[in-house]
Amino acid sequence: MRVDDLVQGVLGRDRRALARLISLIEEEDPVALDALSRLYRHTGRAHIIGITGPPGSGKSTIVTRLTSEYRRAGKTVGIICVDPSSPFTGGALLGDRIRMQEHSLDREVFVRSMGTRGHLGGLSRATSDAVRALDAFGKDIVLVETVGAGQSEVEVVEIAHTVIVTDVPGSGDDIQAIKAGIMEIADIFVVNKSDLPGADKKVTEINAMLDIDPGERGWRPPVLLTNARKGEGIPELVATIAEHYKYLKESGLLEERGLKRSKEELEQIMEYKLTRELLTKLQGRPEYEGAIRRIASREEDPYTVADRLIVEFLSSYKEESSE
Amino acid sequence: MSSSKKIRVVIAKPGLDGHDRGAKVVARALRDAGMEVIYTGLRQTPEMIVETAIQEGAHVIGLSILSGAHNVLFPRVMELLREEGADDILVIGGGIIPEDDIPALKECGIAEIFGPGTPLSEIVEFIRENVKL
Repeated sequence: MRVDDLVQGVLGRDRRALARLISLIEEEDPVALDALSRLYRHTGRAHIIGITGPPGSGKSTIVTRLTSEYRRAGKTVGIICVDPSSPFTGGALLGDRIRMQEHSLDREVFVRSMGTRGHLGGLSRATSDAVRALDAFGKDIVLVETVGAGQSEVEVVEIAHTVIVTDVPGSGDDIQAIKAGIMEIADIFVVNKSDLPGADKKVTEINAMLDIDPGERGWRPPVLLTNARKGEGIPELVATIAEHYKYLKESGLLEERGLKRSKEELEQIMEYKLTRELLTKLQGRPEYEGAIRRIASREEDPYTVADRLIVEFLSSYKEESSE
Repeated sequence: MSSSKKIRVVIAKPGLDGHDRGAKVVARALRDAGMEVIYTGLRQTPEMIVETAIQEGAHVIGLSILSGAHNVLFPRVMELLREEGADDILVIGGGIIPEDDIPALKECGIAEIFGPGTPLSEIVEFIRENVKL
């Protein structure tokens, strides 16, 4: 009954049902998975845009400005903002909404803040499913703002169609720009706070980095200058995002990446479920505990034991299913 | 750390006063107590606060006010929560609120008022004991 209500609520564009579903996703409640599996065929329509970059580079302000532009164009917007959870207490101060106040009474804009809850990579474990919930709800545009990223928080590339990497003038030299990690995931670079000294130099450095990229790219990430607080450069950014989406569609990349993501997701889910099933069968069994002790005392090795247990598990599974 | 049920609190400043040090201190204390605190900033209308609490799936709303408009703004928040069917959210208040006003505020559904000098641990404990997860 609860699942029915949730699914009907989300499809009926009830924002309380959407909020509830995202909470259940975050709490890893099995009801959330039931609901998501029924909502799945209603997803795949939103353009998912990731925004990442160092703390204080203007991600939230850019998200707010983009939202205004999309709303003016009549599009509905969902926003997920991720901020770090404390590794010590698990608590979090989620403050991205402060800069999004102008949309807080617009019923077509849904903003959800998330703590990372111990997950690394720039997002929380629940982010990808929360994005899916917004997609099923019917949002045209879903903006995902990562935690303030350093160099390796690149997970957003796995869920977004278009990734915007923000930076500000005066942040490191040209070698920073050719390091691996976050600089490699951008579809669009934004140098924000264009009124600060060194803005043009930053643009030149990023472009120089792109010039020496030996890869054959169908899309060279444009480098845009913005002053998000004043709204300068935002219409150009919106146009560039649309161009990138068009490129993804026309080049076949959208479909190709969709297939790749579906494969990865299916494999992840199978791996998780198989492992869980295997461990539920084994844990607490005397022969399993015995094997662990023999591994610790070097009477057996973990590689052989793992092979044996998996073979036993699979053959017992075969017997069960043929009965 | 990734315990599934986490208390989510919206800390909001309704009305026009521009002093949010108290709200920030409370937000920080709740964060340190392991809660997820959604901080919304200054000059919030009751409508904005209730909409935020709904979208964020909040269990608690903490209202901080110094301007003296609490007798209007606090009941309005409660009214909107009831309209939205979201009155299971625990609402607490703080700031400069005269003793005489407190009974009426509690009457309209504010669970507790914490004045200046309240030990932060008292607020944390009150939330933990009264929140509906």
